Amino acid sequence: MSPRASALATTHRSHSVLGSGATEKALITFLRGIPGVDTVGAEARAAGFATRSLKTTSKAAGLDMIMSMVDLTTLEGADTRGKVHTLAKKAIVPDSTDPGAPSVAAVCVYGDMVAEVRESLGSWHISQRPDGVAIAAVATAFPSGRASMPVKILDTQFAVSEGADEIDMVIDRGAFLSGSWGMVYDQIVSIKEACQRADGSYAHLKVILETGELATLDNVRRASWLAILAGADFIKTSTGKVSPAATLPVTVTMLEVIRDWHGMTGEKIGMKPAGGIRASKDALRYLVAVAETVGEQWLTPDLFRFGASSLLNDVVMQRQKMRTGHYSGPDYVSVD
Amino acid sequence: MTFLDYAPAPESTSILNLKPSYGLFIGGEFVDGGGSSFASISPSTEKTITTVAEATEADVDRAVKAARVAYDTTWSKMSGSERGKYLFRIARIVQERTRELAVAESMDNGKPIRETRDVDIPLVAAWFFYYAGWADKLEYAGLGPNPQSLGVAAQIVPWNFPLLMLAWKIAPALAAGNTVVLKPAETTPLTALLFAEICQQAQLPAGVVNIITGAGATGAAMVAHPDINKLAFTGSTPVGRQIASTLAGTNTKVTLELGGKGANIIFDDAAIDQAIEGIISGIFFNQGHVCCAGSRLLVQENIHDDVVNRLQNRLATLRLGDPLDKNTDIGAVNSKAQLQRITELVNVGEGEGATRWSSPCAIPEKGFWFAPTVFTDVHTSHRIAREEIFGPVLSVLTFRTPEEAIAKANNSPYGLSAGIWTEKASRMLAVADKLRAGVIWANTFNKFDPASPFGGYQESGYGREGGRHGLAAYLNSSDWKAGSRS
Repeated sequence: MSPRASALATTHRSHSVLGSGATEKALITFLRGIPGVDTVGAEARAAGFATRSLKTTSKAAGLDMIMSMVDLTTLEGADTRGKVHTLAKKAIVPDSTDPGAPSVAAVCVYGDMVAEVRESLGSWHISQRPDGVAIAAVATAFPSGRASMPVKILDTQFAVSEGADEIDMVIDRGAFLSGSWGMVYDQIVSIKEACQRADGSYAHLKVILETGELATLDNVRRASWLAILAGADFIKTSTGKVSPAATLPVTVTMLEVIRDWHGMTGEKIGMKPAGGIRASKDALRYLVAVAETVGEQWLTPDLFRFGASSLLNDVVMQRQKMRTGHYSGPDYVSVD
Repeated sequence: MTFLDYAPAPESTSILNLKPSYGLFIGGEFVDGGGSSFASISPSTEKTITTVAEATEADVDRAVKAARVAYDTTWSKMSGSERGKYLFRIARIVQERTRELAVAESMDNGKPIRETRDVDIPLVAAWFFYYAGWADKLEYAGLGPNPQSLGVAAQIVPWNFPLLMLAWKIAPALAAGNTVVLKPAETTPLTALLFAEICQQAQLPAGVVNIITGAGATGAAMVAHPDINKLAFTGSTPVGRQIASTLAGTNTKVTLELGGKGANIIFDDAAIDQAIEGIISGIFFNQGHVCCAGSRLLVQENIHDDVVNRLQNRLATLRLGDPLDKNTDIGAVNSKAQLQRITELVNVGEGEGATRWSSPCAIPEKGFWFAPTVFTDVHTSHRIAREEIFGPVLSVLTFRTPEEAIAKANNSPYGLSAGIWTEKASRMLAVADKLRAGVIWANTFNKFDPASPFGGYQESGYGREGGRHGLAAYLNSSDWKAGSRS
């Protein structure tokens, strides 16, 4: 497919990198000029993070951090009002035996469930208290992204109008893999516009790359740059519906782009690995990777999230273990 | 405490069962040495770990005699498959005692536990497994149909990879049917003495492996001993040169694995973040105490600033400190003498006008330490671009074209290792073809495997260790000729 010579939508970010009136050709030239990723080396680096040994106070601090960074997620066709309310209550109080446990960062649902979450959170919504819980909604014909642009925009606008604080959109992987990088870019810009609320403020935009379908780390790196240039507040690995979902090498590759973007512009982009992270031990490794790749200032729910559901219960169990000295069991934490 | 300070995670030393003093391992048992004993200290705490005997000339003679008897009566008569069984047994015991050996090595050498646990000791086991497999297949080593063992091999190993270098020497020697007298370095005798215990545990016939401790004089006595058939040495080039001149004109076979000043070449199309990791594993692995270290960084000039900037940012995250802490990346320098040598050469570098940058990490009060250091503005005429520093010090030079990179990389009296970083495979192969170095890594560095031969050009020594080629150092090719059988 030949690159379009027509101008791309300009964002302040793309303007700073590609100049004004940038075309798809300019975008492609830029993305092709980014240094490649050596997969063997990237995997070795990720394995190195896994050898860090977090004990005692470091482990306790890490577990609390993980808990506060979880986007507690349910994205099923079978989601109901009851299911969503249960999840929202758990987001507020993840461990009923420990009132000191932090609440999670957000509840992540389909757009039509946003109002239910809002009702269930009540005064615990982030707008009411700084340690409260946000509402994230997936949009843009999640998870496949195979719909027309008007549908994707309406999907987004609906979720925002229902009260979503954060929008998790998917990129058009088909367009990306066929080389229509300008189309992917323009779609992200359009969805970013659709995130604008009536009062002029914006819902936070997380851009899901679905790295399991992009397959190579070179693609992951290019897609990360593309998403950031188009206006992503967060870049996110996966929908959770495709295997492999989040992996450490993929996450490190994305974090390296975030680090380089910060070095270039001073701007901080968030990161969200999602899917497949079930054990506290694995999640701790992600924290190590974040701290040693982009720096400790990223270890906040504003800049790092875990898209997960069963991870939360494992963190609760590990925290109980640290508090009491012995492991309980699945019967001592709540089912969702 | 911030998250990155990571709470201490020390490996326990309770697994060790060390004796307060060790004798010499000769003829299958520990015996007293004739010389005075000396202490082996931990370079990270300067505390004595144990004391060891110093072998005199008479002790060396005793060890060589024990090896000769074992060779004549047992080992040379044993079938290859029987020898292989012993080597497999040793390999398995090393695996079983991995944690113990890793802790001992980290204490005695100063290198971090993550390296001894994840690299040194697993490779030791791999080396014995690999050569165990060769023991009954020597006829297929490419040396003719009936290659012959040499006899008694005297082996002198350095302090940078104490047990691994022992394995590199002992495994092929034994597989090929030789018996050995091995001397570990005087600052790192501990794991060799534990290995002597492993030989006992494996019920290796007495005298097949003899371990004697001592310093330069002991080594010189080994080299000068008239009844050795083979001398294998890994260490510094000046000592290697002395050995070569002592043994010139004799029938003793010699392999020398000496110093290096490896060039690590970064082209502008390299996968940059992985190249940074490769630069680090090239020179900061094992505190830079690596003969094949990539101590000369050759960066294409158009990406020089970016590479240096990324490298410094990354180096600032490395953790220097207690070698037994599982989160330590950079351990202690092995000895006071080595620390002085590093310090001296770094001062020379500053005096020559190169720009020094050292990682801002905290240095412990006790012990011998050197912060990871990078010199930029280094030119080919500088001493720090030519001499082996053998410490965590990197010299950064630039080049403009592949031809210039090759010329600069080869402009060294050494020739042990080199690295190439590029995403372009054709360039990788073309450059590798023109580099004069025994080992060339592409898009990686400091990776070892028992199946791969290792050795140098010019002042980096001669002979090959590892792989099928490593067997040639311990075998005489068959004198078999068509129509006759000896």
